[in-house]
Amino acid sequence: MSQISEIKENLTVTNIGRGMIRREDPRLLTGQGKFIDDLPFSDFYEAAILRSPHAHARVVSIDTERALKLSGVIAIYTAADLEPIMKDLPPKVSHPKLNYQIRLPMVKEYANYVGEPIAVVVAENRYIAEDAVDLIEIEYETLPAVASTHAALRKGGPKVHIGSESNVAVHIIQKAGDPEAALKTAPHVIRETFKITRGGGHSIEGRGVAARFDPITQQLTVWDNTQAPHYVRQMLATIYGMTEDEIRLIAPQDIGGGFGPKAQFYGEEVVIPWIVMQMKHPVKWVEDRWENFISATMERSQTHRVEVGFDEDGHLLVLKDVFEHDQGAYCVGLQVPTITMSTLPGPYVIPNIHSELISCYTNIVPTSSLRGAGRPQAVTVMERMMDRIAEHLGMEPAEIRRRNLIQPDQFPYAVGLLFRDGSPLTYDSGNYPALLEGAVDRIDIVKFRRDQAEARSQGRFLGLGLSMYVEGTGIGPYEGARVRLTNSGKILVTLAASPQGQGYETVYAQVAADAIGVDIDLVEVRHGDTSSIPYGQGTFASRVTATAGPAVWEASELLKSDLLAVAASLLKCDVSSLALSGNSVFIESEPERRVLLYDIALVSNVGRHGMSVPRDLPIAIERTAYFKPVQAVYSSGISAVIVEVDPETGKIEILKSLLGHDCGNVLNPMIVEGQILGGHAHGIGNAIYEEARYSEDGQPQAVSYLDYALPTAIEVPTPELFHVFSPSPLNPLGVKGAGEGGTIPVPGAVANAVEDALRPFGSRICELPLTPERVLRAIYDHD
Amino acid sequence: MKSAPFKYYVPSEIDEALELLYQLGDEAKILAGGQSLVPMLNYRLLSPANLLDINRVSELKRYSLTDEGLKIGAGVRQREIELSPEIELAFPVLHQALTNVAHVQIRNRGTICGSLAHADSAAELPSVMVALGAQMVIRSGVGVRAVKAEEFFKFHLTSDLEPAEILTEVHVPKLPAKTVGAFEEVTRRKGDFALVGAALLGQWDANGQIQNCRIVCSGVAPVPLRLRFAEDIVNGTDLSDQVLVNVQQSVMDSLDPTEDIHTSSHYRKIVTGVVVRRGLSRLVDQRGAANGSR
Repeated sequence: MSQISEIKENLTVTNIGRGMIRREDPRLLTGQGKFIDDLPFSDFYEAAILRSPHAHARVVSIDTERALKLSGVIAIYTAADLEPIMKDLPPKVSHPKLNYQIRLPMVKEYANYVGEPIAVVVAENRYIAEDAVDLIEIEYETLPAVASTHAALRKGGPKVHIGSESNVAVHIIQKAGDPEAALKTAPHVIRETFKITRGGGHSIEGRGVAARFDPITQQLTVWDNTQAPHYVRQMLATIYGMTEDEIRLIAPQDIGGGFGPKAQFYGEEVVIPWIVMQMKHPVKWVEDRWENFISATMERSQTHRVEVGFDEDGHLLVLKDVFEHDQGAYCVGLQVPTITMSTLPGPYVIPNIHSELISCYTNIVPTSSLRGAGRPQAVTVMERMMDRIAEHLGMEPAEIRRRNLIQPDQFPYAVGLLFRDGSPLTYDSGNYPALLEGAVDRIDIVKFRRDQAEARSQGRFLGLGLSMYVEGTGIGPYEGARVRLTNSGKILVTLAASPQGQGYETVYAQVAADAIGVDIDLVEVRHGDTSSIPYGQGTFASRVTATAGPAVWEASELLKSDLLAVAASLLKCDVSSLALSGNSVFIESEPERRVLLYDIALVSNVGRHGMSVPRDLPIAIERTAYFKPVQAVYSSGISAVIVEVDPETGKIEILKSLLGHDCGNVLNPMIVEGQILGGHAHGIGNAIYEEARYSEDGQPQAVSYLDYALPTAIEVPTPELFHVFSPSPLNPLGVKGAGEGGTIPVPGAVANAVEDALRPFGSRICELPLTPERVLRAIYDHD
Repeated sequence: MKSAPFKYYVPSEIDEALELLYQLGDEAKILAGGQSLVPMLNYRLLSPANLLDINRVSELKRYSLTDEGLKIGAGVRQREIELSPEIELAFPVLHQALTNVAHVQIRNRGTICGSLAHADSAAELPSVMVALGAQMVIRSGVGVRAVKAEEFFKFHLTSDLEPAEILTEVHVPKLPAKTVGAFEEVTRRKGDFALVGAALLGQWDANGQIQNCRIVCSGVAPVPLRLRFAEDIVNGTDLSDQVLVNVQQSVMDSLDPTEDIHTSSHYRKIVTGVVVRRGLSRLVDQRGAANGSR
């Protein structure tokens, strides 16, 4: 916590840096949370969606006659009924070279993945709506499907989109230095191919949209458990031809996890509110688990062909990586593969880099960000290669890393590539050697190698894996906060970004209370309502702490100066003589001369109806600030894992998991720890368990937790944590994002550990997740 | 994920249940613990017109442990059997198998007979009941019949039950003296269905040789698979390391297991050999105890 004290020296900090119990917890732990399906939408109709059963098909005809006759069915909508909103849903992150394919809210003619919405049934309840879905008769002309990047790139193979010439969505190359020349001259060059599969977000709550239209005020109110309320509002306003003020987008107080898929924009979000305006009756749609499996965006697989060149001492000279990314049926955004491109170099000095993306369309549900967002893949590739270099040179993997780390005095460090936010990939701060040595000390590698040798002599196979990463967080364009003195003398913080379990109601109360100096119990935090703050971006990409955090801080500081100015006027003294604490402002030398915040509200907010106030008296005590980061801020970390592999069954037991983490200053250590633990579970899932399997014709093979091996508490060991504090110089709080760091390094560390364990067999670990099957194949099927 | 409509019947007497079932025929499904049936209804993999809930039939909620063996009614929860110390002592292999069935919450609700009637060959209970030589007691409006476990399972998710019949009870005969047993399985996650599982039973004779060994595998075939050839290899031997190696190799060479999204046939082939060998070595571990006090 040493860096926290630096802030404390400059400011009256009493709450920031404390692991305060979350204000959200009592209601969540006692079942009092208000998730979208808990809201009292008693007069709402319910919708069910008919989804394409084919990965690729032309819809020849749709007959809804029988379904409409079912008692309790109110209406059925297909694309033909929704012409005014059959508009493109553009990608969040695009590229000039993108081979763009229009994504519509619902299937108009061609269904391009299993799960794509074709018809919406509105009924008195969800049971009837689902019965009616079964009664809709659709004639399909099935078409050949593309179910992998490998199939997508096959010459003369079928096309994902009828009429397109290529399944390549985008082909991008980024370079630093002169990688071609360096590959020719490097004393050692090694190569490998890795296929890394990632899973879905699997938030405990699926997606959900409900809407009501008030014909008197002409206000459309939409409840949507999105990670990005203002983004959804703007998309709806654009598609509907409405102004942003005609749409009130409410993200419910409690949202059961986001992890990325809920930050994307879906056809259902367009269709449901529109139907509401057509029907003049409220409707809700809540995604069920089956729909979540087939229609929520996920991340799936990348195939990397990587080469590294290095010298006799193990110094990296060049990295060349060419990878295929599965974009799915449409480009929802290029953020994931472009993040992969720029995450590869990680914490290492690499003078020459070639990073090449071939992103492919497939007839599978679109992919988009999922906790880690392309980084676990990149880190696995790089960290697997670091271990291969160590093996090649007969060196300890920790030593090869030690020799290549960017040093603390090299910041700001320009990697030479661009990050996904469009800014140069320039690391702002960090202490990578402290992370490495922190892990090495805690693991005691010398002792581990002794244990490993002894175990091998007994026919037991232990392995150690290390994995380091650097993660761009806190990206722009901006985030906002409004801080207000309420008429009852309290402080209300309104955030533009809304949480899905991250504890904003607690942590931003800590920030505001410290910035203003008031008792934290007087501070309340609200979020998730676009009518309360006009602009915002949302919760994704580990960005809110480093954007909304400074916004809350700045708005609170402005508010504090207003409070002091009013108090100075009332107490007839100079502002410099005043102090603020608890619920009042007072003269420091005469604490009994004080005004309550309540008194300030009476004078400046309530006022006396029709009476003038002094010219310099601040009135309407409310301040809004938007913080605009100049670039991303870079968190970093290390994972160290010790495993034991059963070479007869391929089962992996994690004996120890250690995570070192650096997200700069920490606002609430307990919440950061919770984020790391949760992220670690995602990492373990992606290392060993989770896989969204599809058949060769694009049929999803895992649509329940019977078939999709989401790890449970039993499978996830509790990691040992340690922290390094490298505050960011790029925002006033010195903070960086912490939402994904627990996930990012774990798959690479586990893969390294398993290969280390199986070294006596000469096994090559090149494909994740490490199912028992893959582990056995790595033991048996190699030369 | 909402069930299609169905009529719901809640009989309180077994005769009433059988009468209803006779009338409804193959338009009805029986609801006991519901741990497989309800998800299948919600996924609309099944949409029976009628659901016959037997949870109020008190006659079916009993189990008894006597000199003859163990009788478990169709309403008895898995957890009840798992937590009975007497049953654990009399049938340790059944207890071990039960601790591998899904999770506690599911065992609290799921029934022994329900799992058997569901006839998932990757489940633990079917293979352990075959190994134990259990009898299925099947009732209908016209009478009662008993079927050996080994003949009860016909195919994946298919048993010998006719539409108008209820598996009302399973009888597990008392084990001979000096019986030892083991249950081994490999799963992706704790509580998952077996990638490969094996229930093993046998008796050590006075000469230190294993007799009447039964080896029944789950997850490798459309029904619980009794490996008679492996039993023949081990019966009458001392289960020496060489015998274990031989039987492992023989299992690997002989099997042609099922392939599904969880794993390949090849994996199952290799790992069934491992699981059988490990199970047998646990019988070896129990040799002393079997020849001691009991």
